[in-house]
Amino acid sequence: MSSQTTERREKSNAPAGSAAGVLDAAGTKERPARQESAIQNEDRGTLIKLFHQMVLIRRFEEKCAESYSLGKIGGFCHLYIGQEAVGVGSISAIREDDYVITSYREHGQAIAKGISPEAVMAELYGKAGGCSGGKGGSMHLFDKTVNFLGGHAIVGGQIPLATGVAFASKYQETDKVTLCFFGEAAVNQGAFHESLNMAQLWKLPCIYICENNQYGMGTSLARAMSLQNIAEKACAYEMASEFVDGMDVMAMRQATQRAVKRARETSQPTLLEARTYRYMGHSMSDPGNYRTRAEIEKYQERDPIKIFTATLKEQNILSDKDISDIEAEAKEQIERAVRFAEESPEPDPSELYTNVYANPLS
Amino acid sequence: MAVMTMRDALNQALKEELARDPSVFLMGEEVAEYQGAYKVTRGLLDEFGPKRVIDTPITELGFAGLGVGAAMAGLRPIVEFMTFNFSILATDQIINSAAKMLYMSGGQFKIPIVFRGPGGSAYQVSSQHSQALESWYAYFPGLKVVMPSTPADAKGLLKSAIRDDDPVIFIEQERMYGMKGEVPEDEDFIIPLGVAEVKREGRDATIIARSLMVPTALKAAEELEKDGVSCEVIDPRTIRPLDINAIVESVKKTNRVVIAEESHPFCGVAAEISAEINERAFDYLDAPVKRVSGADVPMPYAKNLERLAIPDVEQIVAAVREVSYL
Repeated sequence: MSSQTTERREKSNAPAGSAAGVLDAAGTKERPARQESAIQNEDRGTLIKLFHQMVLIRRFEEKCAESYSLGKIGGFCHLYIGQEAVGVGSISAIREDDYVITSYREHGQAIAKGISPEAVMAELYGKAGGCSGGKGGSMHLFDKTVNFLGGHAIVGGQIPLATGVAFASKYQETDKVTLCFFGEAAVNQGAFHESLNMAQLWKLPCIYICENNQYGMGTSLARAMSLQNIAEKACAYEMASEFVDGMDVMAMRQATQRAVKRARETSQPTLLEARTYRYMGHSMSDPGNYRTRAEIEKYQERDPIKIFTATLKEQNILSDKDISDIEAEAKEQIERAVRFAEESPEPDPSELYTNVYANPLS
Repeated sequence: MAVMTMRDALNQALKEELARDPSVFLMGEEVAEYQGAYKVTRGLLDEFGPKRVIDTPITELGFAGLGVGAAMAGLRPIVEFMTFNFSILATDQIINSAAKMLYMSGGQFKIPIVFRGPGGSAYQVSSQHSQALESWYAYFPGLKVVMPSTPADAKGLLKSAIRDDDPVIFIEQERMYGMKGEVPEDEDFIIPLGVAEVKREGRDATIIARSLMVPTALKAAEELEKDGVSCEVIDPRTIRPLDINAIVESVKKTNRVVIAEESHPFCGVAAEISAEINERAFDYLDAPVKRVSGADVPMPYAKNLERLAIPDVEQIVAAVREVSYL
């Protein structure tokens, strides 16, 4: 794999140019062949699970948009549509007892890590049955039982936290690893650089996954970052890094597997830059006027679910009937989630003053 | 009992708690090999090794956040700020992560962490290195704020803070590290958080003071005693949660209140205590509550100006006379 990584790096050193140019630089044109070979060593159950999770998350997010417009979901709501391969592929490469910690665009990662769609939807609805008891909302999903350590809503704030979780794993002499997700805009924060420095200095088993969807809210990468090849920044800390095609779920899975092996066996961190794209606005209140319809459509041609579907069909892993069955199952899961959220009670008013302190004292 | 400095009392608390609980570790700038910028952590690296006593890069936001993350995964970090002035860089992690994690996770993730180090005025280090930040941290639900004024309190309160399951801001006074006092050497000696102490009993007026202002207030009380004015001096010790009941009890007895603090007056802790007294004990007051605060200016360098910026015995004496109509 290392030669492929090097090749991708060389290509990426070309001037970034258009957003499409940046994505092509991640090697995405080679994708169909790569994905075909990547699935050869996987069992059918794993492939179906990856496909199912991406479909489930896509449908979940579409339902969120609908519920948001109906006023069922309040506040800020950041959707993951277009980026599903990143969360699903990478989380498929870790164990259940490994940690995930992420930003406010985390519904998909929460589901991929094992929080039920019911508990996520109920949280978005601000209900007692939500995974954070209705106190966190869309940006603060938590579930200690599956080691999902939150949605964090200050850009980059979760990066030092992830570094500390990895520090604890090493201190406790476990071989658990931590996946830390963040958008590319977080890379401009000091928290990113402070964390990577400590992680490499102290050899912490943390995998930093930058989801480069190319826009920090409405500001394109080109307008915000002097060195736009984010994986290259790892060299400032002598950290291992890779560009990954974030539209290819198998590429994400395999790159994460390599990073996990490095973290588990040698306690070394890795920076992965996943080149991806979000189809929706930054949040539900963003109409996305800073980019063209044509630009979005160009990425939709390389939609992660679309290309994985094509690969699985071509390789006779899935039939049209299998696909429609999975779609139907996802639809049913979403309906159950909405029903659960609708029926779940609001938090009791007494909950206003609980959980402020673990030891309240007075 | 042994007589020791506040520095050594803090050191003893750290040593005892590190020995007691293997999930406790200490990190910060110069805490290990250099033995602490103020020598509070002297000897700890030798005793507990580099796994548990960790020198950090100068990266306050980063290591504060690392500490909070480690607490989420079950450790009990003690994070030293070389001075609290530098904690300003770490406030995002202290406020947005540490203080709010338990609440926004619906009670799933407690954050047992202590952020400690010297704060308040120092000697001639000018504006950026000499300031009181307790009102910032006390503002936020989810944080506890502790400020000891004696070596014994420092030891007993720090041990409680380390054992506490919530984030605790533990502010030591830089000018008081060398102050000596009797300290119990029993390893089980702790002082509960949230409990004020009457440092001197009196009848005629209550002086509420914390940290460096406690010895200053006690001297003022001695001066006033000579003139027949008997002052009670109360040290809340914990700013949040505040032991307001102890304060109100004293106010009911003396009917006159002076609150002394090093910090700026505007939106300060004394303003909060004054409001609480007005709400709970207005009918017992024989005079308006009087604050004696640090000057409402950045700390100057020049010795004479610096002296004017920090409340002294004379100012507290004058304030007590004012509320006593003397």
